Amino acid sequence: MRSAIQFASAAPVAAALVLAALAFDSVPSAVADDKPDPVADAKAFRKFFTDKFPKVKLEDFVNGPYSMNEDMHRQWEEKEQFPPYEFSLDMGKELFTKPFKNGKSYADCFANQGIGIRQNYPTFDQKEGKVITLELALNRCREANGEAPFSYVKDEMAALTAYMAFTSRGKPFDIKIPDDPRALEAYQNGKRYFYTRRGQLNFSCATCHVQEPGERIRAEVLAPALGILNAMPIYRSEWSGMGTISRRFTTCNSQIRGVPLDPQADEYRDLEYYLSYVSNGLPISGPGARP
Amino acid sequence: MISLSSLLLIGGAASAVAAGSEADFKTAYAAAEAANKEAGSLRNQWTVTAAALAAAKKAADAGDFDQAVAQSKEAEALAKASIYQATSEKEAWKALEIR
Repeated sequence: MRSAIQFASAAPVAAALVLAALAFDSVPSAVADDKPDPVADAKAFRKFFTDKFPKVKLEDFVNGPYSMNEDMHRQWEEKEQFPPYEFSLDMGKELFTKPFKNGKSYADCFANQGIGIRQNYPTFDQKEGKVITLELALNRCREANGEAPFSYVKDEMAALTAYMAFTSRGKPFDIKIPDDPRALEAYQNGKRYFYTRRGQLNFSCATCHVQEPGERIRAEVLAPALGILNAMPIYRSEWSGMGTISRRFTTCNSQIRGVPLDPQADEYRDLEYYLSYVSNGLPISGPGARP
Repeated sequence: MISLSSLLLIGGAASAVAAGSEADFKTAYAAAEAANKEAGSLRNQWTVTAAALAAAKKAADAGDFDQAVAQSKEAEALAKASIYQATSEKEAWKALEIR
């Protein structure tokens, strides 16, 4: 593993660049045949984590850090007795069922009236040629019905997605990549984003969630990337509240000292598409709670 | 032993570094901003670059042009490092991929 590079000031920058150049020289030459193969990727992804954590049951990876050791698992079971996301779930149900001013509701925007469909998102819209996340679809539904969009990161959006996830609990992620080169490109872009180092700390998503799951970063136990979105949205003690997938992505970026992109930027949509696809078959467990 | 001429040279260099003027600040700040803009076009700006730019502006507003120039140069170095990172990661990311 390449070590994190500290770019603190001009002189260390020069030194860091030399180190980085040396590190890149050591990149194995047998990298990549560039043609994306999502089926093979998902298989290798799952194998990596199940090999790394042979004692963790496959469906338990969706519990993130709580799947990583027995003590934490017990904490999670106790937390689930009085889950901190409950207030958000209630709010979400109320918001979801309350009609818009025009008399329509979220149910009119989604298949199966929006119940038990979380596992199908993100989806690829072939008309638009882009990835559509559940958060985006919810705001588009609002705007199509004359309502102002919600913030993507917390509060109402977290509540709505919490309720929709709850109605899908136990259903396996079932993300489809249609036979469309644009869908494959979106998947590949998401994969690239996941593995690309960024920010002054020179971390990629994979640095924490592939290379170091189960290890601590300060007081936090890092979650494995397999199943990492299945529990979203989550209540985080660190946030003192609920957060959506958009919140998770943007705060991950700022924690590594990168300027976050706008929530629902194409990069984040593609990243969600990739990460959800490689967790296909694992059950939705959201809303979740994390330290 | 350090010669007198060396001391004079060192002293001269130090005073040249210290002589930050408003014009120096404007030049240094523009260079930093341009580099950070390029990092933005690569979708890879760093929060610390923005912080250094803000600190440079604050120092300039307070009339401390030495500090303003130093912060601008810091911002430019950070922005250039973020550009380097984005450029090298175009291929380097593949080395981390699970296969």
